[in-house]
Amino acid sequence: MIHSLFLINSSGDIFLEKHWKSVVSRSVCDYFFEAQERATEAENVPPVIPTPHHYLLSVYRHKIFFVAVIQTEVPPLFVIEFLHRVVDTFQDYFGVCSEPMIKDNVVVVYEVLEEMLDNGFPLATESNILKELIKPPTILRTVVNTITGSTNVGNQLPTGQLSVVPWRRTGVKYTNNEAYFDVIEEIDAIIDKSGSTITAEIQGVIDACVKLTGMPDLTLSFMNPRLLDDVSFHPCVRFKRWESERILSFIPPDGNFRLLSYHVSAQNLVAIPVYVKHNISFRDSSSLGRFEITVGPKQTMGKTIEGVIILSQMPRGVLNMSLTPSQGTHTFDPVTKMLSWDVGKINPQKLPSLKGTMSLQAGASKPDENPTINLQFKIQQLAISGLKVNRLDMYGEKYKPFKGIKYMTKAGKFQVRT
Amino acid sequence: MLDTNKDSLKLEAMKRIVAMIARGKNASDLFPAVVKNVACKNIEVKKLVYVYLVRYAEEQQDLALLSISTFQRGLKDPNQLIRASALRVLSSIRVPIIVPIMMLAIKEAASDMSPYVRKTAAHAIPKLYSLDSDQKDQLIEVIEKLLADKTTLVAGSVVMAFEEVCPERIDLIHKNYRKLCNLLIDVEEWGQVVIISMLTRYARTQFLSPTQNESLLEENPEKAFYGSEEDEAKGTGPEAAAPASLPARKPYVMDPDHRLLLRNTKPLLQSRSAAVVMAVAQLYFHLAPKAEVGVIAKALVRLLRSHSEVQYVVLQNVATMSIKRRGMFEPYLKSFYIRSTDPTQIKILKLEVLTNLANETNIPTVLREFQTYIRSMDKDFVAATIQAIGRCATNIGRVRDTCLNGLVQLLSNRDELVVAESVVVIKKLLQMQPAQHGEIIKHLAKLTDNIQVPMARASILWLIGEYCEHVPKIAPDVLRKMAKSFTAEEDIVKLQVINLAAKLYLTNSKQTKLLTQYVLSLAKYDQNYDIRDRARFTRQLIVPSEQGGALSRHAKKLFLAPKPAPVLESSFKDRDHFQLGSLSHLLNAKATGYQELPDWPEEAPDPSVRNVEVPEWTKCSNREKRKEKEKPFYSDSEGESGPTESADSEPESESESESKSSSESGSEESSSESDEDQGEDEDKGRGSESEQSEEEGEKKRKKRKKVLVEHGEGSSSDEGSDSSSSSSDSEMTSESEEEQAEPASWRKKTPPSSKSAPAAKEVSLLDLEDYTPSSVQPVSPPTVVSTSLATDLEGLTLTDSSLVPSLLSPVPGVGRQELLHRVAGEGLAVDYAFSRQPFSGDPHMVSVHIYFSNSSETPIKGLHMGTPKLPAGISIQEFPEIESLAPGESATAIMGINFCDSTQAANFQLCTQTRQFYVSIQPPVGELMAPVFMSENEFKKEQGKLTGMNEITEKLILPDTCWSDHIVVKKVTATANVGRVPCGTSDEYRFAGRTLTSGSLVLLTLDTQPAGTAQVTVNSEKMVIGTMLVKDVIQALTQ
Repeated sequence: MIHSLFLINSSGDIFLEKHWKSVVSRSVCDYFFEAQERATEAENVPPVIPTPHHYLLSVYRHKIFFVAVIQTEVPPLFVIEFLHRVVDTFQDYFGVCSEPMIKDNVVVVYEVLEEMLDNGFPLATESNILKELIKPPTILRTVVNTITGSTNVGNQLPTGQLSVVPWRRTGVKYTNNEAYFDVIEEIDAIIDKSGSTITAEIQGVIDACVKLTGMPDLTLSFMNPRLLDDVSFHPCVRFKRWESERILSFIPPDGNFRLLSYHVSAQNLVAIPVYVKHNISFRDSSSLGRFEITVGPKQTMGKTIEGVIILSQMPRGVLNMSLTPSQGTHTFDPVTKMLSWDVGKINPQKLPSLKGTMSLQAGASKPDENPTINLQFKIQQLAISGLKVNRLDMYGEKYKPFKGIKYMTKAGKFQVRT
Repeated sequence: MLDTNKDSLKLEAMKRIVAMIARGKNASDLFPAVVKNVACKNIEVKKLVYVYLVRYAEEQQDLALLSISTFQRGLKDPNQLIRASALRVLSSIRVPIIVPIMMLAIKEAASDMSPYVRKTAAHAIPKLYSLDSDQKDQLIEVIEKLLADKTTLVAGSVVMAFEEVCPERIDLIHKNYRKLCNLLIDVEEWGQVVIISMLTRYARTQFLSPTQNESLLEENPEKAFYGSEEDEAKGTGPEAAAPASLPARKPYVMDPDHRLLLRNTKPLLQSRSAAVVMAVAQLYFHLAPKAEVGVIAKALVRLLRSHSEVQYVVLQNVATMSIKRRGMFEPYLKSFYIRSTDPTQIKILKLEVLTNLANETNIPTVLREFQTYIRSMDKDFVAATIQAIGRCATNIGRVRDTCLNGLVQLLSNRDELVVAESVVVIKKLLQMQPAQHGEIIKHLAKLTDNIQVPMARASILWLIGEYCEHVPKIAPDVLRKMAKSFTAEEDIVKLQVINLAAKLYLTNSKQTKLLTQYVLSLAKYDQNYDIRDRARFTRQLIVPSEQGGALSRHAKKLFLAPKPAPVLESSFKDRDHFQLGSLSHLLNAKATGYQELPDWPEEAPDPSVRNVEVPEWTKCSNREKRKEKEKPFYSDSEGESGPTESADSEPESESESESKSSSESGSEESSSESDEDQGEDEDKGRGSESEQSEEEGEKKRKKRKKVLVEHGEGSSSDEGSDSSSSSSDSEMTSESEEEQAEPASWRKKTPPSSKSAPAAKEVSLLDLEDYTPSSVQPVSPPTVVSTSLATDLEGLTLTDSSLVPSLLSPVPGVGRQELLHRVAGEGLAVDYAFSRQPFSGDPHMVSVHIYFSNSSETPIKGLHMGTPKLPAGISIQEFPEIESLAPGESATAIMGINFCDSTQAANFQLCTQTRQFYVSIQPPVGELMAPVFMSENEFKKEQGKLTGMNEITEKLILPDTCWSDHIVVKKVTATANVGRVPCGTSDEYRFAGRTLTSGSLVLLTLDTQPAGTAQVTVNSEKMVIGTMLVKDVIQALTQ
């Protein structure tokens, strides 16, 4: 399966390599660099590159390329999924997954990678188990280790590995037992020129932070489970219960995890909480263009829209922009031609707007495309699909846990075509 | 530092060394110093030494041998983690000398107590195999042993080893097939992927193709799902063509094991891992019958939200699937719309999918999308969009002109790339119908002055040359211009110039003779030998010379032969011969180690090889909840017989293993044989039984005829028609013949509601009888006679009684109830009744007759069902739309509702062209079941199983009216759709039914005492249904 892994930073240096079988020379990455050169942008590098003797599968995250080398037929998603899992694990261990962080913790990284794959086949990928095998570095532990000479490596087989619930470690103890669930929904939408919705769907996730003693068995029920069109679960969720009763029943892993992700796609169900009025025009004759955007709330169910950021990639012909926002700050990068406007909160009484002119390249004909506007926003305490958690019950343990549910709606890939 | 005694210093040193390795620096010269520390007590130092060893052992084999003894000691350690890691490292240092030691270690570890160590052993197998492939036979033995392992932990790893070492030994899987299927859901994600792809191959070799005969079986649902759209789009879809060539083969019956695989993998579509979802999707695509493949679409569309690499792979696969099964993704068309932030490669793939999905109905929206894409800043993407438009235009004739016009407009675009791409596409489109587009060609000719992209120039020249007769004036002029700039052109353009010159010379030699010669002589001295050759060749052909006259006479034919229009095809067209989701599929080239997906076998291999006498797999510990869902239906029947093999983890004593081996060698064959025999017997039994019942049916029919003849006279006179009894008689016999001819389809039959009364009665009786074969166990012949006779009588009496009120509803039981009052419905009155016939589409559905009548002045048009709002689990099969209902007229329709064994109401809308009415149907509990016929003994046996909580008893006092048998039976059967069970004593009545959705038995006993008191007992797993049924029955009896 997976022969080797190379970590490559954006400047093209291989800063970490790990081999699970015979050593593959790092010259194999030359093919990758070639492809990288051909693709102008990092995200355009094809995920699968065939070379005469090997195949290179790569993922690009946090400005690092994770390149896996394989030799024989294997489902590509298998490798890609694994690489993403590696990144997630690093993030879990070190908080951020960045080049300096990996370089600082190279030994832990190596130990973790050693446990995750055996002979190229995934061995332990649940972060609960890995953390028992190899303790994540904390400042306190580093100090203690240097003094006492104790180690980061556990010498017992993690119990979870053998138990029926491989995702949960045993012997968990907390003084404050708490379970928090965040229902986060993202709206993906494409709005066309005239403001009508072309497509809109809601992608939701329920992220959980469960810190409960012992082996709690939780059930979570919804007020309106039939809203959920398509769901995917963490392995801990009992599928049969969901099928028959539409109840989530599970023994949670310890700590943070994603309980479920779901999809609501019926077009008419999706309420679009904001609208954008735009007037962007280039004139053929003059070297000036007009630019005007206004954002306003729409179907917000009485909640305020926060954290609004507007991003727009301007055409190449735009040299500079002189704009005045009615609120917030804006920047325009003349090199990448990226306009960003940090609006902040939307006050329905006084709609934020950004007006001004664009100076175009003199002599060049007017750009024939209008920029698309990408929107980001947040709405607290609202799940736009109307999903509501009914109740959370715990069985199997005696204490009373502290429970909390938070709702949030965000913009996902929210685009307005102009 | 490594030589010190202090662990902390050693650790520090090792950390530095590992950091060196990580950066790719050579640390091999430290090997001796590091190897010494392999026996270090500190576990972290040890681990790091292991890391080092695995990296460099290959290079320093002699020194690496020093460490072997430590590992051998480690293999005996009481700590399973240390045992496992010792084995891991031992098998990972690639030193050929230690192969025997490794082999021994693997064998030992394969029977280790700890499943974790066994898993490591499974991992070690491919390592050893790659080191020394001579060990294959021994390794296969170990694999065989581990395949029989019952822990989920091991399953994934051992299948992995199997795939790497001996993928051709499919026979090893037989015995473990069912176990793997059942364990699948609990295996970790990576294992799931490997197991699923292995099982896909396995199923391809072991089961028959579900598609070969499905046209015969699933023609109707197929039509309903995709047919309507596809027929419009294509006219001759594969489905439409299928009925014409119906093969007269025996109907396809899916192997239960095949079904098991499909059923057990389906929940995995909900997995969080994209790899698992993809694996299941390819399994369904390759193995499932057409009608079921649709379920994967939703999950695949969900993956499109994931990381861009995942999107890339998924879209590639979707593109292939969408060519073959367009209908599957059509509802998700909008999910493939492109955002400006997508990476280019994703955009192009999405475009591919959109193009594949485009059809007559959605082409306007797709084209509108394309129009926005054309204005994108991403030029590669724009070029791809133009090509996509071209493909849509060729595939869908209706929009060809629109597309062409759009493309012509693009010709005035400022971006040269766009123009060039449009020219190329226009060229292809024009080739299909050149005659009408002289104007466009002229327009293109003008463009030669501006366009610089060689491909586009070449395309224009080719077009002009090919259709020079449409533009006789311009063509020579273009040639003149090109001749001027000939030397500066690209090679591909030069070739086309020569081509154009030759063609013009042949058609219009007067004007172009000199020009042609000029061009040819220019070409003769070109740098490129291709062009020189072409020039020489052309000259010989067209310019008549003394010797070569023969060729030049035919030159016109050679150059101006009509050329077939190119077919614009998807580049994903032929990819489906690779297994979906595989690397080879993605690259469209065979990767090393790719296993071809075998074709379906012609004949099904013996299914009995999968029979195992040990269905009782014990899993680690308390998994009741999970077990429940995994319990296969085989275990019930097979689990009772056959010796149970000891569960894995206990060390097996010798005697046990001996007995096991002997039982395996000896009894296995016999038992599997007997199993098979049993199966056959059962089949035979069933077959003969149904035959018998058929025969009996005939006999009865004959007998009944007499009765019917008399009765028929009565009813026909009722109808007022003058059809004599003989005619109805003959009708009946013909019908029975028909039914005999196709016994397979008789279950599905529902009576057309307009049938004359006797015929309808006949059918309803038959329908009741149909349930006999599906009773729990084969019934012995004598009781069959008695039961069916009893039901016979019952049926007769009941139908008689219900015949009186309405001729239209020949059904027993619940009469018509109002669904929509004629005032509320503005003249439309709707009634419904439970017909108690099996619903033809789905056996879990209750069939409901709907009676519409129009009491208004105007005709009601377009009666159909609106979107139902249903509680979970309940589903509705809609009735076909009633196009128009004239005033005063009435109509009936049949719909099916799956109430999911609950009395929740099914709410839906009745829509007419103008109005929508909200209506709901709530079933009485008695209608949620279907009668089951069984003997008294069986009844008692089943009742014995359903005691305690499942038994509900109530006392009542029977009123005077209920003294006679006949009335009691009638009242009970009117309340609930149950069948009567014969009974020895006269004061007891027994009835049996089965709930429609879950199929759980409902047994009803009515015990009467001489004093007029009675006791009703209901035994059923479904307690709610039981309680409600008791209540209903008592109410019916006491009224």
